[in-house]
Amino acid sequence: MTAAGPAVETDIPGSQVYPDAPAVRFEDVSIEFDGKEVLEHISFEVKRGENRILLGPAGVGKSVLLKMADGLLKPDSGRIFVFGFEVSAMPEDELFRLRESIGMVFQESALFDSLTVRDNVGYRLIQEHVPDDEIDERVREALRFVELEHTMEKFPAELSGGMRRRVAIARAIITKPALILYDSPTGGLDPITSTTIVDLIIKQRDVYKTSSLLVTHRLQDAFLLATHRFNQQSGEVDPLPDKQNDPSTSFLVLHQGKLAFDGSTHDLVHSDDAFLKQYLA
Amino acid sequence: MALTTVDAAAKRGVSAVQQYSLLSARAIVNLFRRPFYGADIITQADLIGIGSLPIVILTGFFTGGVLALQSASTLAQFGAAAITGQLVSFSMIKELGPVLTSLMVSGRNASGMASELGSMMVTEQIDAMRALGTDPVKKLVMPRITATVIMLFFLTIISDLVGILGGAGVAVFMLGQDASQYFHTTYQSLQYPDILQGLVKPLFFGFIISTIGCYYGMSTRGGTQGVGRSTTQAVVVSSVLIIFMDFVISRFLIGIFGR
Repeated sequence: MTAAGPAVETDIPGSQVYPDAPAVRFEDVSIEFDGKEVLEHISFEVKRGENRILLGPAGVGKSVLLKMADGLLKPDSGRIFVFGFEVSAMPEDELFRLRESIGMVFQESALFDSLTVRDNVGYRLIQEHVPDDEIDERVREALRFVELEHTMEKFPAELSGGMRRRVAIARAIITKPALILYDSPTGGLDPITSTTIVDLIIKQRDVYKTSSLLVTHRLQDAFLLATHRFNQQSGEVDPLPDKQNDPSTSFLVLHQGKLAFDGSTHDLVHSDDAFLKQYLA
Repeated sequence: MALTTVDAAAKRGVSAVQQYSLLSARAIVNLFRRPFYGADIITQADLIGIGSLPIVILTGFFTGGVLALQSASTLAQFGAAAITGQLVSFSMIKELGPVLTSLMVSGRNASGMASELGSMMVTEQIDAMRALGTDPVKKLVMPRITATVIMLFFLTIISDLVGILGGAGVAVFMLGQDASQYFHTTYQSLQYPDILQGLVKPLFFGFIISTIGCYYGMSTRGGTQGVGRSTTQAVVVSSVLIIFMDFVISRFLIGIFGR
């Protein structure tokens, strides 16, 4: 049961005010730009601890959907709930508070180019006036997770595309959010770097058990996420045994502004839908 | 077809005015709400105020100088060369000081704000800031408006002073006038309404420069080409608005004080 929650006013994290509410819920959401309908009547849910991969051809509205989930864009009709709060109806001031529970990785990293990696990753902590020593420690911990501890004092322009994406992931996870939104985290990267990023996402999923909504148009990355797990003993990402799929990972497919598929990995690969067959081929 | 185009253009125009008004209002309201970004205001004041000092001093000095040079010969025809100082001070304090300083700061800072915020907009840094729980209007726009309004006020005073000194330099060293007479007529002829007129204008102009610069920056679309377009538009629109507002304020204050 989802609540059209009141303002986030208490000290309880936004994700815990309604512990039974799903992480994300879209109800009949539509949006248009310049008279052109981009998304039409989209409804789906991301349960707590669930990881949903949103697939679709380029330009279908995947990033728009993700920005709506973070309240960065408002739908023309329909309702969007995040942790039980109706983000589609919340004023910006209240959204800032709720966003403490949401991490977002942008398509082109969106790092602040005039700030160092340390200040980028620790941006939220700096704004909250957390003591410098604690910021350094937490930034180092987040950068260690993405294996970029040595880049603390570098500027984004000094990093490669893949490193920038990893810094963006560190920035999104530093406050240990309950929901992470990934906007094409491997877009524009070479296959080896893409695999490194996907491995990090798998590691994040399996270590912290956060909910996530990941947008991509790269099928190989999506299936890597669905068929691999992070082995905490070896510290490596391994394929799941017996060709199993990760039970917490499922798929959404967008086609021409509509939701063409909503289900498990197994259902997706065995679907009889003509578009899906062609898309997956 | 033509009607549809006119209709769409009118809607775009009204929407732009609405967005601009909303952005300005939100920035003003944010001045009184926590968190207060004092350090950002100081940084912007340094960039806008101290950074603009050389061009403002040079512009003011040579404007005062050329004003003395041009007016002295005309005044001499009426046997009134002695009031060169009065003419220079009147012109500098009431009109040229505020307007020229604002136009110089507009060219330097409205463009800077539009390009900086525009670049942040097209690279999703503004969205990232919102996603990280910071209001970009509070963090980026409010400090720029506050810093520009305050610093333009002081830059105008400096420009007025340097302009009068520039006029004095020309009058004394090139035209052979008496320095004491120049400064005496300058001081004697000025009244409080003149000073007020000269000090009210930069407050409005500073607001125009910063809000227009930030508005075009924050509404940038279309990649690097869009950033270039926003930058140009910010300078053009703020310059035209400064000159238009100069007329409106002058007329209003002359109506009140009679001079």
